[in-house]
Amino acid sequence: MTNLIKNNKIYFFIFFFLTFFLFLYGKDIAGLLDAKWIIKYPKHLVFPLAKYLSGFVKWLMDDANFIIFSFRDFTRFIAWIIEIPYNLILALISKGFLSGQGQDAKEILAPLSWMSVIAIIMFMALYTKDKLLVFLVFFAFLYLAIFGQWKSSMVTLSSIVIAVPVGVVIGLFLGILSYKSEILEKIISPVLDLMQTIPVFAYLVPILVMFGFGPVAALIATIIYAMPPMVRTTLLALKNIDPQIKESGLMSGCTKRQLMWRVLIPTSKPTLMIGVNQVIMLSLNMVIIASMIGAGGLGYDVLASLRRLNIGAGIETGVAIVVLAIALDRLSQAFVNIKTERKKINISFLKRYSRIIFLFLFIIIIYFLSTYLPFLKSFPEHLVINTSAFWESLIKYININYFDTLESIKVTLLTYFMLPIKRFLLGVPWPWFVLIISLIGWHYGRLKLAMLCFLLSLFIVFTGLWEKAMVTIYLCGSSVIIASIIGIPLGIWAGISSKANRVLTVIIDTLQTLPSFVYLIPVVMLFRVGDFTAMLAVILYSLAPAVRYTAHGIKNINKEIVDAGLICGCSQRQILLKIKLPLAIPEILLGINQTIMLALSMLVITALVGTRELGQEVYIALTKADIGRGLVAGLCVAFISIIADRIIKSGSDRLKIKYGMK
Amino acid sequence: MSQSSHKENNTPVIKCESVYKIFGNNALNLLENSKGQVDAKKFQEAGCIVGVNNASFGVAKGEMMVVMGLSGSGKSTLLRCISRLTDATAGKIYIDGEDLLAMNSKQLIELRRNKMGMVFQSFALLPHKTVIENIAFPLQVKGTSTKESMSRALEMVELVGLKGRENYFPRELSGGQQQRVGIARSLAVEPDIWFLDEPFSALDPLIRKEMQDEFLRLQGVLKKTIMFVTHDFDEALRLADRIAIMKDGIIEQLDTPDNIVLNPATEYVKKFTEDVPREKVLKIESIMDPYDSNNSSSNEVSKDAIIETLAESILNSKKILTVIDKNDNNKKVGSLDPSKVIKVIFGR
Ligand SMILES: Nc1ncnc2c1ncn2[C@@H]1O[C@H](COP(=O)(O)OP(=O)(O)O)[C@@H](O)[C@H]1O
Ligand SMILES: [Mg+2]
Repeated sequence: MTNLIKNNKIYFFIFFFLTFFLFLYGKDIAGLLDAKWIIKYPKHLVFPLAKYLSGFVKWLMDDANFIIFSFRDFTRFIAWIIEIPYNLILALISKGFLSGQGQDAKEILAPLSWMSVIAIIMFMALYTKDKLLVFLVFFAFLYLAIFGQWKSSMVTLSSIVIAVPVGVVIGLFLGILSYKSEILEKIISPVLDLMQTIPVFAYLVPILVMFGFGPVAALIATIIYAMPPMVRTTLLALKNIDPQIKESGLMSGCTKRQLMWRVLIPTSKPTLMIGVNQVIMLSLNMVIIASMIGAGGLGYDVLASLRRLNIGAGIETGVAIVVLAIALDRLSQAFVNIKTERKKINISFLKRYSRIIFLFLFIIIIYFLSTYLPFLKSFPEHLVINTSAFWESLIKYININYFDTLESIKVTLLTYFMLPIKRFLLGVPWPWFVLIISLIGWHYGRLKLAMLCFLLSLFIVFTGLWEKAMVTIYLCGSSVIIASIIGIPLGIWAGISSKANRVLTVIIDTLQTLPSFVYLIPVVMLFRVGDFTAMLAVILYSLAPAVRYTAHGIKNINKEIVDAGLICGCSQRQILLKIKLPLAIPEILLGINQTIMLALSMLVITALVGTRELGQEVYIALTKADIGRGLVAGLCVAFISIIADRIIKSGSDRLKIKYGMK
Repeated sequence: MSQSSHKENNTPVIKCESVYKIFGNNALNLLENSKGQVDAKKFQEAGCIVGVNNASFGVAKGEMMVVMGLSGSGKSTLLRCISRLTDATAGKIYIDGEDLLAMNSKQLIELRRNKMGMVFQSFALLPHKTVIENIAFPLQVKGTSTKESMSRALEMVELVGLKGRENYFPRELSGGQQQRVGIARSLAVEPDIWFLDEPFSALDPLIRKEMQDEFLRLQGVLKKTIMFVTHDFDEALRLADRIAIMKDGIIEQLDTPDNIVLNPATEYVKKFTEDVPREKVLKIESIMDPYDSNNSSSNEVSKDAIIETLAESILNSKKILTVIDKNDNNKKVGSLDPSKVIKVIFGR
């Protein structure tokens, strides 16, 4: 078998030809053999995993008892634990503390004034010693107030304020535990893999069923979704500590606990903060999406306007999300880079805490003044600027004046690029496809990878989701191809020109901080619903890693190799084409891998704009609260991304070994 | 000197008996089958790496033993066995007569909190703590009150010459200064035993020299029992009372610097000693003749002086000198012919 695949090119062509042949004549062959199952996996052979899963969860909810409490008690307990702090924060920054219910509720304590919230955020920015940041957060939050997004933003922010600490703490502890126990690490690692590849919607279904519709369920989904990177970062940070630091702690006479909390954790704090930043950004992303199960806030506004195709309001909220995302990202990034100051000794208590005392005084004064001056309490209505009309007319203008251009782009790409791919993928008989995937697995990773590819693709077949999976692959594939065509040249540009690099880095960083939902808004406004719209949103969302990894690969080539090329008399063009680009390929492959991962996660969200793939399946399951259906489709998406990930990574590794870079 | 205290001086503070450290899953089995005859190559084929191979020695109170060898020869592993940062695969280790390997983790922590200090090659300072907090750290984990540990740490800051920098963070210090903090931290609990694993290897040559001088000064005051690891033979010669030369986990020779230079035990050791200028290592003692009262002079030199330091004055005097023992009431113990000095310096 090894020899058989050695002669790569010939076999590649043979397999490609065979595949094409089967695409053209597969149906006829199946007809001749009277074996229709080759084309379409028979319905009655579908393994009803979805039904079993739903049944299991129903049993859990209705009958499961753990001696003294039932599963339902358990979920109620969790919900209760989360609900209390959430309501507290929500009351503090948005709703105020009320007594009584509904209409005749009386306000005991007003929520913090918008000015106080801005002051608190600015205080946090000031703590990082980054002056520019203070202005940035000031204008960002002022924007939210002036443009009428304050209330929704505060609801969203409340969720984040709760989800982030809980996610960070749970993640930290799981990370520490898996650092301490190798067995646990071996268990947790694949679970995290799966958690990070299962599409977001699939999380929502079981949580919706277990916790019901509402902000608490949304919060739980957010925490679960945002926590995995914290576990990983913690584990990585602890493992990467200089062993001598650990030994110095031991030799100082630390007990195990002292070693962990006084040596290891503080030493890895800079890395841990990167994890915190990720948790914050993922929380924001998820809080927006979780509006589908009742999170409220900005996400709900977007969802509502998308459903009503209310162009102006949608874009208006979208911009608010962007502003909030950028402010939160920059703020938490600044905390990553914070350097502890040399301690000033012998300064008085008042002086040391002057800022925070000032902040408290400010909040209290604003609070009392706001009883008399209502504009302090909430931003005055008549000053709110409404931009939705502006956006509406802008989109209208574009649609009227450029309709033909937009439409022709859409039609051209659909007929000459997307549809052929779709027809091809759906035309090839599934057994052949499974075989090809397994062979590719064999080629890059021998038996282990081949088995993985084989079993995971069979799972998709047996659960009867093959066609939908092919549509997913088609949409994902088309998006990734275009994203690479755009992203790789941009990355090369950034790799050779430091000016371009600076500009592109800012753009790419910003693109990556935006919640996935936001990308849907402009494309839907311009192209309405359908595959093409989905593809555009996916391209926008997944472009960043293709650029970033390419630039990184080009920049990090050993300078001496380039010098050697120059001495040999290469032109700049030859250096790029003959030296830099080939050596950057392993890195570029990893970039494409990341692009695929992002594309798959975004693709599921585009179910909202009417695609017909696995994401749609999950989305339908969500609307029908059908756990089994949602989980199975979600697992299929996860398996597709695991197959792609493992194959590309092995390919990249092999190249790196070949080039002696590893 | 009373009999008992003499005896106490003879019990080594650190004592190793046939210590083995072998990395790998099957290490213990392989070791038992080999009956003490460990062949690094054979073990490697079986998937095991030999770190320390049958080390037996003792370190006396106040003695400075330097472990020297090329990188990968097992020096750190030996040190880590004795500080029990890693568990020896076989053998016995005694600290002040107590069986180290039999201690439970509580006893071990007590031992480290009171008797041991260690300095690391990469300094291993805690990045989030200031100089003084780093130095006070071993005291704080022990439960010493903040006030007491701070004043003790301040003493240490002064001892290593970092006064005025106590509120700096490690990242604000040069390498040499960082290692001073490392040294101060290791001394904060006033340990009897001091481990130093290549403490100066990460420093520039000039700074290294300065730190070695400083270190000798400190040891002159503190008189700790020291195990000092280095890969630099010159450093070993400068500092050591005795040197253990290691290769592939085996201690090839363990002896005083001048004996190693004069009588290298193996070919391997010889390679190190060949290029060493003898006058830099040898003491007057090693080239003197027995004392002969007929052939003496009023010019006296100490028997423990390194030849190089006196070479110029000896050659200038051109006369026979009397060698005295400064530790024994300046007793006359030998006489020295200047021609011998010439021979050491030029005649090789
Ligand atoms: N934890 C370990 N696992 C496996 N091998 C080790 C480990 N630590 C050290 N070794 C091996 O033991 C040998 C001695 O290492 P070390 O004591 O660090 O050498 P030195 O300090 O003299 O440079 C080396 O071959 C090294 O690779
Ligand atoms: Mg070492």
